[in-house]
Amino acid sequence: MHLTYREWWAVVHGMGLGALFLLAFAGGFAEFWSLRSGELSEKGIMTRTRRLEIGTWVMAIAAWATVITGTWVVYPWYRSTAADSPKSLLVANPSTADWHEFGMEWKEHIAWIAPLLATAVAFTVTYYGTSLVKHQGVRKALMVFFTASFLIAGVAGALGAFITKAAPVH
Amino acid sequence: MEESSFMQQVSGPGTGVDKPFGPVAAVFLAAGIGALVLGVLTMLAEANEGVKSWLEWSTSVGPLSGKTIVAVIAFVVAWVVLGIGLRGRNPKASSIFTWTAVLVAVGLVLTFPTFFQAFAPEE
Repeated sequence: MHLTYREWWAVVHGMGLGALFLLAFAGGFAEFWSLRSGELSEKGIMTRTRRLEIGTWVMAIAAWATVITGTWVVYPWYRSTAADSPKSLLVANPSTADWHEFGMEWKEHIAWIAPLLATAVAFTVTYYGTSLVKHQGVRKALMVFFTASFLIAGVAGALGAFITKAAPVH
Repeated sequence: MEESSFMQQVSGPGTGVDKPFGPVAAVFLAAGIGALVLGVLTMLAEANEGVKSWLEWSTSVGPLSGKTIVAVIAFVVAWVVLGIGLRGRNPKASSIFTWTAVLVAVGLVLTFPTFFQAFAPEE
């Protein structure tokens, strides 16, 4: 069992940071869901708010780290002009060309929207702190944008997994 | 614009002084602007070879380098400028979130390959 230097980076980008992003979303969403004033003591609000801050910032940082490593470390190997680069292999075959023409072209762009939304959500959670529980409308909107960020990253991640299966970076 | 029922407080625990919504409006609108700038640059790079070349700030990354750097700069600058402009103010939260959703949606459409590839010059 051996991974090359480039494969290690692909693992860090797709599986390491991707798994962290997924975990942070799951934890953050659960804390958002439970942050309702009528059901919590003051201590409960403080504890949940703290966990929510951690979850949203971890997700935002993971999202930034994922797009930065994807764009600036892995993508150059993918799009290399060498005949055996993943992009060259995909576009050379009409049956796989759409993985690049549609899949990678979409993935490489929309992925960058995820950290923008995740940062806005994390900032807002930190800004309001424990008083977020008093702004239930804002809490619900944050859940929507938090989920949107996750879904956008999910589309990019899923396309990345399929593209890697079709033509991995070696 | 004043706070709407969207920002209505509920009784119960939760400490802290009520904070103005302005800084939250700033970061959300900035995120929407960042998404929109990314979309517009994606479309322009497809439509115009000169724009595409200009955006190639890194040879190994290609035009994606310029698109993403400019979009992130737009996000940060918009956040700072709007943050200063909206400091201490309470714009209507539902309007801000709606505008953010619209900006992000337009950004998503502009980065959708079927859409932006339609602007590619005919070969």
